Amino acid sequence: MTKTNAASNLLRLLRDESDALLIEWLASLKAAGGTSNGRISEAELRTQCRDFLAALLGAFSSNEPTDVGAAGYSPVKEMLGDVSRSRAIQGFTPQETATFVFSLKQPLFIRMRTNARSDADALAEGIWALTEILDTLGLHVMEVYQSSREEIIRRQQEEISELSTPVVKLWQGILALPLIGTLDSTRTQVVMENLLQAIVDEEAEIAIIDITGVPTVDTLVAQHLLKTVAAARLMGADCIISGIRPQIAQTMVHLGLELNVVSKASLADALALALQRTGRMVVARTVAARA
Amino acid sequence: MDRIPILKLGNALLVTVQVDMHDRLAKALEEDLTRKIIEANAQGVLIDISGLDIVDSFMGRMLDTIAAVARMLGAETVVVGMRPPVAITLVELGLTLASVKTALNVERGMAIIGMKVEQFRDADDRDLG
Repeated sequence: MTKTNAASNLLRLLRDESDALLIEWLASLKAAGGTSNGRISEAELRTQCRDFLAALLGAFSSNEPTDVGAAGYSPVKEMLGDVSRSRAIQGFTPQETATFVFSLKQPLFIRMRTNARSDADALAEGIWALTEILDTLGLHVMEVYQSSREEIIRRQQEEISELSTPVVKLWQGILALPLIGTLDSTRTQVVMENLLQAIVDEEAEIAIIDITGVPTVDTLVAQHLLKTVAAARLMGADCIISGIRPQIAQTMVHLGLELNVVSKASLADALALALQRTGRMVVARTVAARA
Repeated sequence: MDRIPILKLGNALLVTVQVDMHDRLAKALEEDLTRKIIEANAQGVLIDISGLDIVDSFMGRMLDTIAAVARMLGAETVVVGMRPPVAITLVELGLTLASVKTALNVERGMAIIGMKVEQFRDADDRDLG
């Protein structure tokens, strides 16, 4: 019974005093540094606040005004989700994002206190109901914020792995695959797909895998390399591994890793070998021909 | 039941897999091929799997078995035209077909077999001479 009372009090408060509330809320947001860094304009913030109050009013007038999980709250959550997502993309900190909801507490509580006059029980009920609602909404904001950030990170990871696995044609029938960064299973998959497709497209006989840019080679990375080599062999292309740095060569031997593939110290050596295998030769011109 | 055609090309046999292999078809191919190698006295077997989209561990093992049988009968097996997804699947299954030669297309596969036939002939000449 008291819960319904609290809800109807809240509904009345939001409906009758929303303009004053908006001004106070904006003031408390500004005090918390809502617009200080210039990432969001005051007008935009005002629109967001007004939309939120309107959506909240809609939720309070629904059948279950205190149950945030109910259908009446879905417009509120949707609206908050949009705000949170756009803030995550604009680079707001988690604190700044959460403050959007939590800063509404103070102006609301002050108004409730004024309205309740001396009825302490009703005030406590109202504050508790409102705290529950706003806290749940705040958690929702953080959840959306977090998942948007994760989405950004995931997209960047994809882009990095796309960018960092180019397949270069060195000569007719000879491909080079300069690997940069650590090889994990996902990247190996991308590398393999790119390399195999390039072998088909270029009708390559030899693929040189250059690992100069791979910082460390452990058993897992070696296994991934061998997988790539095996797949290329199944397609009918031979692999040469080049760019094994001295420390890496030592580590691999100490770990007892053997690649069982032709390997060369530098890409130049590997290219020379590849040319030789495809029946070509690089010859210096005589002095007379150069002139 | 469907059978996969086996063509004779000089000293070599050419098998072109154009349909998705099921287990029984693969088994029949193994038998047909063994018979044909002896009949034609083939030096090489070329298996073109460019039409194959899906492989499983059975198919992978089958290729290995066919190669082993052919080797026993004195013929070299070259698997040609494997598609990238098929190669990745086989590697993930741990089947690297280490005993089988591979080539990108039929032309290169024929070159490998041609080289082998020549070596064979040279060795024969030496023995006779």
